[in-house]
Amino acid sequence: MSAIIVTDLTKKFGEFVAVDNVSFSVKEGELFGLLGPNGAGKTTIINMLTTLLVPTSGSAVIAGCDIKKNPDHVRSKIGIIFQDPSLDIGLTGRENLEFHAMMYNIGTEERKKRIAEVLSVVRLADKADTLVEYYSGGMKRRLEIARGLIHYPRVLFLDEPTLGLDAQTRRSIWDYIRDLNREYKTTVILTTHYMEEADYLCERIAIIDNGKIIALETPEKLKAEYKSDSVSLTIEGPSDPLIEGLEGKEWIREIISRNGSIHLRVINGEEDIPRLFRIAHETGIVISTVSLDKPSLEDVFIHLTGASIREQDGTSRTAIREKQRRRLMR
Amino acid sequence: MIQFTAIYVLWMREMIKYVRAKSRIVGAVAMPVFMLVFLGLGFRRVEIPGIPDSISYIQYLVPGILGMTILFSSAYTGMGVIMDRQYGFLKEVMVTPASRISIVMGMITGGATISLIQATMMMLLSVFLGFRLPEPVQIAAALLIMLLISIIFINIGLTLSSVLKDFHGFNMIINFIVFPLFLLSGALFPVTNLPAAIRVFSYIDPLTYGVDALRGIMIGFSEFSLVIDIGILLIIAAVMVLTSGYFFQKGEAL
Repeated sequence: MSAIIVTDLTKKFGEFVAVDNVSFSVKEGELFGLLGPNGAGKTTIINMLTTLLVPTSGSAVIAGCDIKKNPDHVRSKIGIIFQDPSLDIGLTGRENLEFHAMMYNIGTEERKKRIAEVLSVVRLADKADTLVEYYSGGMKRRLEIARGLIHYPRVLFLDEPTLGLDAQTRRSIWDYIRDLNREYKTTVILTTHYMEEADYLCERIAIIDNGKIIALETPEKLKAEYKSDSVSLTIEGPSDPLIEGLEGKEWIREIISRNGSIHLRVINGEEDIPRLFRIAHETGIVISTVSLDKPSLEDVFIHLTGASIREQDGTSRTAIREKQRRRLMR
Repeated sequence: MIQFTAIYVLWMREMIKYVRAKSRIVGAVAMPVFMLVFLGLGFRRVEIPGIPDSISYIQYLVPGILGMTILFSSAYTGMGVIMDRQYGFLKEVMVTPASRISIVMGMITGGATISLIQATMMMLLSVFLGFRLPEPVQIAAALLIMLLISIIFINIGLTLSSVLKDFHGFNMIINFIVFPLFLLSGALFPVTNLPAAIRVFSYIDPLTYGVDALRGIMIGFSEFSLVIDIGILLIIAAVMVLTSGYFFQKGEAL
């Protein structure tokens, strides 16, 4: 059964098409990622799915409820952790959680139990009665995650959950998200522009650019499909005999030789390194070091959109320009 | 569909924040206190046409200042909504399953309670300036009128806050709407003293009827009959509740 079914979803702001005919579905219990540069339309999709924005056209069904016909029901089944802070800093952590639980009509006893539970999940129990004003960025984020969990949502939306956090906090938040997905069987849909995040967490990833889905696959398949492994060798003595021996092999896509070291792009590094050694042995060449680089999602992204995710800033117009510039440069 | 838990928790949040924000309490009553003290003392001996000799200026002024207190603190409820939008908290409110109408009602009850608390503080302060408090029944009736005034202006503020999304625009509107409403209302002097061309605006100012009703109840002097005042206030309040409810229902939360 699908937790989320999105059909031809479109959102226009005046002339600008922020989300363009997007369709996808997310299985129940899945950890699903929307990956794309800033301004690609990820947050707009999330805002429509969480009923904060009304779609220009198209529809979506979340946990069996239509976002247009039944927004109140949709809201009772979802949790969302927004990209921007959304806490009341004039209240304590516990008060923020209480406010949320009461808005979801959770009874007093149950409320106390669940607040204690989520506070311990995000390790904020000892800071619960401090004003949020005095929380650090990571603590605020953890509190928001705790808040998103209180009402046991069937579907949890995370919009850039680790934006602007240090590496350590980011890792611990990733682990919370994973545990949560496993323990509560919560369907999780997250947006990110961090490749590692999508790779580490998501079972499937939709890559979004300029409001459209340009790829939808598991991270492994995306990587396998769009990029090969790279192997670097350093050898003793001249490299030419080895390069001659390697030329024309169908499992090698590219050979670059640079002062004593050889860089190869191959289809499957683990299988191909032994072959390399065999050929080197046959030609009487000694390999002194070898290293293998697996492709990253970043490589896939560059392949698909023609632009590195980090170089893009804000508006999609600059993204388009950037892309054209890169095409010209090739 | 009205959810009382949602209304209660929104109200409770306002109360908690109100009690914590000492500066807000001081700031909100400072202006009416200055008005009351300086105008009350400064015009103590002045004879103003339109005010009977039997009524001292301070007696005349206090109901006007109470109207002003309610006006200012109510209109700033809309400011609270803009602040919540700015700090992202409004999204959190809007994404919960609580119905929009409950959310609006929660905001109204919170804002109205604060307005009434501030007006009560002003009423007690005015005693030190020589204001003679009316009987408890009359005070209770005056509080009901103040509640009506408060509902009207909270809803004007809420409507504006759902149309105008940025802070500066709202601030400007408050200054260009709230101050004229206050000055036109006859809070400080009888509107009959204004030239006819300006007086027209006084008569479309809801606060005129609010202040007039307060005077009628508290000092037994009013321009219109109480029935007319209260009737007009009730109609405007109903229209404003429906308007702000409509804008919140229809508007997108972002």
